[in-house]
Amino acid sequence: MGRFIVRRLLQMVFVMFAVSVLTFFIFQVIPNGDPAERMAGKQPREAQIQAIRREWGFDDNKFVQYYTTMKKVFNGDLISYTTQLPVMDEIVKGLPRTLSLAFGAAILWMFVAICFGLYSAMRAGKFADRFLTIIALIGISLPVFWIGALMSYYLGYRLGWFPNGGYVEFTKDPVDWAYHLILPWTALAILFIGFYSRVLRSNVLDTINEDYVRTARAKGLGERQIMIRHVLRNSMIPIVTLWGLDFGAVVGGGAILTETVFDLQGVGQYAAEAVGQLDVPPVLATTLFAAFFIVLLNAIVDIAYAYLDPRIRLQ
Amino acid sequence: MATEPATETTLQGPAAWEEEADREHVHGLGPWKLGLRRLRRNKVALLFGLMFVLLVASCVAAPIWAKRVAHTTATANHLSDVIKVDGKDKNVVGLDGVPIGPQWLKADGKFLLGADRNGRDIMVRLLYGGRNSLMIGIVAALITMFLSIILGVVAGYFRGPVDAVIRGLLDIMWSFPVIILGTALGVALALGGLKIGPIHVAVYSLTIPVLIIGLVYVPYMARPVRGQVLSLREKEFVEAARAQGAGPIRIMFTEVLPNLASTIVVFFTLLIANAILLESALSFLGAGVQAPNPSWGTMIDEGVDRIATAPHLTIVPGLMLVLTVLSLNVFGDGVRDALDPRAKVRLEH
Amino acid sequence: MSVSPVPTGDPLLTVEDLRVSFATEEGVVQAGKSVTAMTLMGLSRSPNARFEGTAHYKGTELINASEDELRRIRGAEIAMIFQDPMTSLNPVMKIGAQIVEQIQEHEALPDQQARERAIELLEKVGIPRARERIDNYPFEFSGGMRQRVMIALALSCNPSVLIADEPTTALDVTIQAQILLRMRELRDETGAAIVLVTHDLGVVADIADRIAVMYAGRIVEHGTLDEIFYDPQHPYTWGLLGSIARIDRPRPERLPAIAGLPPSLANRPEGCHFRPRCPHEFSKCSEVPPLEARLEGNADHTDRCWLTPEQKKELREVRPGEIGLPDKQTGVNAA
Repeated sequence: MGRFIVRRLLQMVFVMFAVSVLTFFIFQVIPNGDPAERMAGKQPREAQIQAIRREWGFDDNKFVQYYTTMKKVFNGDLISYTTQLPVMDEIVKGLPRTLSLAFGAAILWMFVAICFGLYSAMRAGKFADRFLTIIALIGISLPVFWIGALMSYYLGYRLGWFPNGGYVEFTKDPVDWAYHLILPWTALAILFIGFYSRVLRSNVLDTINEDYVRTARAKGLGERQIMIRHVLRNSMIPIVTLWGLDFGAVVGGGAILTETVFDLQGVGQYAAEAVGQLDVPPVLATTLFAAFFIVLLNAIVDIAYAYLDPRIRLQ
Repeated sequence: MATEPATETTLQGPAAWEEEADREHVHGLGPWKLGLRRLRRNKVALLFGLMFVLLVASCVAAPIWAKRVAHTTATANHLSDVIKVDGKDKNVVGLDGVPIGPQWLKADGKFLLGADRNGRDIMVRLLYGGRNSLMIGIVAALITMFLSIILGVVAGYFRGPVDAVIRGLLDIMWSFPVIILGTALGVALALGGLKIGPIHVAVYSLTIPVLIIGLVYVPYMARPVRGQVLSLREKEFVEAARAQGAGPIRIMFTEVLPNLASTIVVFFTLLIANAILLESALSFLGAGVQAPNPSWGTMIDEGVDRIATAPHLTIVPGLMLVLTVLSLNVFGDGVRDALDPRAKVRLEH
Repeated sequence: MSVSPVPTGDPLLTVEDLRVSFATEEGVVQAGKSVTAMTLMGLSRSPNARFEGTAHYKGTELINASEDELRRIRGAEIAMIFQDPMTSLNPVMKIGAQIVEQIQEHEALPDQQARERAIELLEKVGIPRARERIDNYPFEFSGGMRQRVMIALALSCNPSVLIADEPTTALDVTIQAQILLRMRELRDETGAAIVLVTHDLGVVADIADRIAVMYAGRIVEHGTLDEIFYDPQHPYTWGLLGSIARIDRPRPERLPAIAGLPPSLANRPEGCHFRPRCPHEFSKCSEVPPLEARLEGNADHTDRCWLTPEQKKELREVRPGEIGLPDKQTGVNAA
């Protein structure tokens, strides 16, 4: 197991490196013209352009440039050109918000999806199943930003049931924190609930027909015990891995839309605003940050899968 | 020594045995015909499939609507126009800046679904926007499918170092925070087009969103394809083909690909659905289709700002989007059920 | 058909005219021997299943029993060994845990004691180093070992009846011999009755006391081991016996086989199901022969054939001393 983990972590480092190189080159390739001019954003001043050129070493060769860029990223030297604030500070500030959103939504969607999926599988073919399937299909057809905007407006603004945006620190007031996040969590979770409940339903239906479930029944075990200990446990293994991957993807970029609609000021929103201004340092940093998260979670997921399924672990 | 001659038996030897066996082969239809039969029985899926076709058809017919009914184009502003509604005059965009809502048929089909803040006809923009969104979605899905199949089959079939390289490639693609990058590229494009050596991409081109969306989903499809190829290549018929002297390319085309067909078909509908959703997300963030060209995503973006005064600006394009994606999803689901049913007799409850 | 551990005394398990069928898109399909055996434990229930006949176990009617009653019986009174040991064990659960699970379901044994019992069982079925291997996963065992684990599992609560569905079909011949030996020993030790479902006459000869021959979903003959092998009363049984390759006989030119094809389970012939393939069929065979004892003084040897015992004695010998079926088409002896 230990060797497996080490191997996985090394892979992680390699992928991060590749991603950073690619990102670097992509930013070089973006619209022709002087990169320094570009980096200065939408309204550059000549002095600023010169400063950038020196700072980033645009007159040096590509390798030095890459090195300089990466050094700036890791040293926290990046400063946003539009706001003049250090990028790392902004990311650190936005991180708990993004994580709150992603984590809460992830737990919500897992919980609901398991309930829906299991219920659907047990009543397969009957009305309840068809009904839940339709709900799930609608769920995966809703664009997050649209449903989020509508919820924010109608449930938040018009009806006043929930706040229509904004974020409250957990440390300041946990209840209010959750209260502000209910709508964003729901908006983000709807899509995944739809998807996961169907995957679970399909896995459960497959597992129920497996021979070992028949053996469990022949042992005289009760239905509930069979469902949980044998069926659910085996059906969940592929789902847990998917969950990790999607969680990583949400933090890595899917949260952008929800944060923007609900004005949560998380890392995603920060990235979106910076992109709108073509403010390169924040975009560079957030891209790397997002990629890191995805890669990290991929590795965690692989390790978790090996742990859950002994066949992978021991063969 | 039998007590009575065997005269009343109905079977008389090998020919009769074959006839009996043939009679039992009524059920031996190929998997595609069987799947088609099952699909035809699934009324709901067919209904939604039809809905999708109608939606596409109406978008294709956008110019007809624009010219004959609405008498305008997708980008023409009617800020200061006045139209006749039920005989009465009405400003297209009110003096307070609020555009009119859906007129349905009250103004002879003009502004059927209302106007936006520039006075443009929403219905016309919706249909033209649909053309953009659908086109991007379908082309991107084709790109994804094409690349996924190639990568998945090559990785699964050849295994070893080739597989490792492809898997590494997929890992990297998977890890890219697509929305950030896509948005960055899209916005950057908006400022000045793209020049990579000899390749020029103009500002209003849809190529970049199509490429980005096409690439995003490659790992999602390539992995299952690879998995299936891995198990297929162990099957006896592949071994038999190899024993016959068939080369790898030939085997991939004649043995592996046909067996992947049902997976591919199912994936394709889902890919289009997701591509359309992703395109709308990118357009919403300003990274996809650029103004003044319409796309459902940009329309929602424009609408969200004014949701209080003119909710129809947000609701209409969103509903269209949802209906299109939903119909694809339901139909795709039906196709999947038809090709891979659980109609086997189940012995447990 | 009834099963009892001791030749005398009241039958433990009585099955009468049990027929299981399913309504599918292709019509009504009759279940074969495996599914019929599973019905005894209520494992074949499903919305489109139909049951006819009865099965009594120690006073409880099994076919219509409630889930609660069945659950009490499963594992503790009637246990089952399935055909494919590869897929019949939960791949992500240690085998020890799987055995302990059954023990603790039926008996209130604390973990440590249940575990000890499991280790004992594994040793009894012949798993080496049972104390260590109890924490292994199924994929860490070979096929034969896995089947032994299944046997240990089945015996863990000392059932009175053990149903074994083709337990050795997935294993190679040498392992098969070992498993059967072990099963015989365990049967003698624990006094459990075994209902063995198989198509392999060699296995049957090795372990059976009484034999029920099934064809197309019906029992066509029922008798003791000796009766079936030396005094068979049904043409299908003759065909089965005749098709065994024998070392002690001169080699035939063609391997004898029963002519024709087994009927599709959805489309069985009227009257006697075996009629289309039977070289001795005659007009009365259009009526379904009831399962009856037709031999004088032997109420326990039953069969479903209209031929008289004298006719059967004559017809079944295709050559002196050899039982079998003549070639239906040519009327010439198949051997």
